[in-house]
Amino acid sequence: MAEDKYISGYCLIENNRVALNSQTVFEAPGLPFVDFAKQAYQHAETGYAKFFKMDNLSKLAFLAADMLLKKEVKEGEENNIALLFANKSSSLDTDVKHQESITDRENYFPSPAVFVYTLPNICMGEISIRHKLYTENSFFIFAQFNAGFFANYTDILMDTGKAEKVLCGWVEYYKDNYKAFMYLVSDSGTIAHTQQNIQKLYTGQ
Amino acid sequence: MAKNVYIAQTNCITPLGFDVDTNIAAISSGKTGISHVNDDKLMPQSFYGAVIDDKALDKAFVKISSGQNYTRLEKMMLLALYPVFKSSGILPDEKTALLVSTTKGNVTSLNDDTGDKPRLDNLAKTIADFFGFVTEPIVVSNACVSGIMAVSVAKRLLQAGMYDHTFVVGGDEVSEFILSGFNSFQAMSDEPCKPYSANRTGVNLGEAAAAALVTINEKNAIAKITGDGSVNDANHISGPSRTGEGLVRSIQSALSEANITSNKIDYISAHGTATPFNDEMEAIAFNRLDLQDVPVNSFKGYYGHTLGASGLLEMVIGLESMRRGELYTSAGYDAPGVSQPINVITENQKKDIAVFLKTASGFGGCNTAVLFEKTGNGRR
Repeated sequence: MAEDKYISGYCLIENNRVALNSQTVFEAPGLPFVDFAKQAYQHAETGYAKFFKMDNLSKLAFLAADMLLKKEVKEGEENNIALLFANKSSSLDTDVKHQESITDRENYFPSPAVFVYTLPNICMGEISIRHKLYTENSFFIFAQFNAGFFANYTDILMDTGKAEKVLCGWVEYYKDNYKAFMYLVSDSGTIAHTQQNIQKLYTGQ
Repeated sequence: MAKNVYIAQTNCITPLGFDVDTNIAAISSGKTGISHVNDDKLMPQSFYGAVIDDKALDKAFVKISSGQNYTRLEKMMLLALYPVFKSSGILPDEKTALLVSTTKGNVTSLNDDTGDKPRLDNLAKTIADFFGFVTEPIVVSNACVSGIMAVSVAKRLLQAGMYDHTFVVGGDEVSEFILSGFNSFQAMSDEPCKPYSANRTGVNLGEAAAAALVTINEKNAIAKITGDGSVNDANHISGPSRTGEGLVRSIQSALSEANITSNKIDYISAHGTATPFNDEMEAIAFNRLDLQDVPVNSFKGYYGHTLGASGLLEMVIGLESMRRGELYTSAGYDAPGVSQPINVITENQKKDIAVFLKTASGFGGCNTAVLFEKTGNGRR
């Protein structure tokens, strides 16, 4: 590749714990995700009321992205940070909720506020709005975490000049099983941007 | 120097027909796939939409497979890809990828106890297994830009040398799921849709599957893919940007990569959903880029909005316009209905198209633009 690339920061959210660069930032064992997410949001002192209307997948992705971007993105400054996200379950968790709202014809209550989240890329829209990222966005679905694809597609985005940095995210949420693994790739840092390192960080090693 | 990447074989399965020629014949004679649908399984009240006839689909499908366990959407997508795959003569080896674009996949299976059927990776695996792909299928699920974004992704993967060939197949179905959702947004038109018209009253939903071969091999190429971009509006999750920012930047990104200026573009196949805000956003974006005089159409008046298939389907038809040197009427357009002038195609006409721009925009603030340049042979 033309220039060296590094993983300049990474965030894991799973098992009611938020970790930034392997350090626990927040923990709230035993809570359902919605309550855990609310507390994690309050702890991060984000101050962004739209958070509360998001679906669970967007909340999860938003929290992880905020950990990595709040220091990276300065108010009023343009940043060419692409979003490259993927998961296994797409928006299925919210799909089920919308489906339940239309299954019973006697008790039929589809809501636009739910329906809009029945697309997995909406979480990238939320993050783009929050951090004013007019940048490349793409959402993929794989049967399992695909470190090779993330590594290759990130190289493409940066080598072709489509992005200066790439925020990569595996954001999986289905029926209270969740995991967010997000990392920022840039031209400086200490962890080399390799498929092996990405896989290692994903597994929390 | 980045590798050249081409589009070769294409195909589509739509209410207007099950191959490209039949679709073009219908479009050029002004026939629309949108009809008045009365189907209580889809929606309690009747609606205007573009749906594929079940019997015709099954009749076509038995010619390629005796398999009994495929869903309706899977049949559509397998039928779309089948002739593209067969006529390419390409063996599905380590250098051949399958890219699937869809928004809702087999969402109709959500109500049955069908396990993994509604999952998009399961749909992709079904298609991959049918043709014997050995690489892991890649699913693009990025709202209404998915279909054309899949072509952009395919081109990038090929340029980087990851694969030599990528088969792209996109599909989405008209379902109770999406009808109820769009209806809750009050976005649905109670007549055939009228993109860019002052009299437009919203979208029609449609279903289709489309397929294309993206390859480094120039033989049989219709066009070269010369630039692409997919930039977010960073504005609103369900409403289009008032300034068209993401679409402007997506087109600029494609132009800059293709190393051409906007005045080289001969024809635009735009998104044109016929919602007031979408059409207005596009008109603003095209004017910002000095594209207001370039002939533009929306194919939504023929197919409705086919979601994850739309960008790919409209690219297939747009490429056929380029190959034949024909521009097709933007169905449903009567009176100008956007605040800035655009050159909507009002009658079929002959025109040499050397450079073709396909754009799409969708929920989540996403946009995609891809530029195509006609190749010497221009054959299908």
